[in-house]
Amino acid sequence: MSANVGIVIVSHSADVAKGTADMVRQMVGDEVPLAWCGGNADGGLGTDVRSIMDAIDSAWSDKGVAILVDLGGAETNSEMAIELQPPERQGRIVVCNAPIVEGAVMAATESSGGAPLDDVKRTAEELSPA
Amino acid sequence: MSEVMGTVLLTHAVGLHARPSVKLTKLAKTFASSIRLATTPDGPWIDAKSIVKVMAAKVPQGTHVHFRAEGQDADDAVAALIDLVERDFDESRADATNP
Repeated sequence: MSANVGIVIVSHSADVAKGTADMVRQMVGDEVPLAWCGGNADGGLGTDVRSIMDAIDSAWSDKGVAILVDLGGAETNSEMAIELQPPERQGRIVVCNAPIVEGAVMAATESSGGAPLDDVKRTAEELSPA
Repeated sequence: MSEVMGTVLLTHAVGLHARPSVKLTKLAKTFASSIRLATTPDGPWIDAKSIVKVMAAKVPQGTHVHFRAEGQDADDAVAALIDLVERDFDESRADATNP
């Protein structure tokens, strides 16, 4: 299990989610647990609570998981996925209020230095579009 | 505790853009010392461990980057950061055209 906060990317588009994850991997590296999901069960645009829960499982770290989302449904479905987590994970998963691509890179950079979940979230949210 | 300072010329083709910024802040975070950087000797000084602040500084190619560090590993920190910039962030010329 990684000593770093995990990052989960949730987009309506699988292409956007995967592309964002590719940028994190290339720019930040492999020391941050990372998972992504995007699209609905039929392969169209959308988000899916089950897929988000699987992504959380895949990126899980004892230090917690920070989720980056794109538009409305991604956020509400992520919140639902968090509510469905077992009690021992409650309070250790957060949705960041940040742009998905930039926020994911910033959050992962902060996480890679071993920062706690609060710092990872704050770093992603500190970003204001320039 | 004494402060350690150092200056290096940024030669990287695209300047301190996204990927070099990530490398710089990741390296800075490996040291216990507080580390700041500036593009003039008079500042303003920004936290070299803050990816958001370093990226927002948008330091262009040809800039002299000034570091100052304070702490028990300050010497090593400044030396390592200067080395990273001098190595062009370990990126080849071909890579450097991408952000």
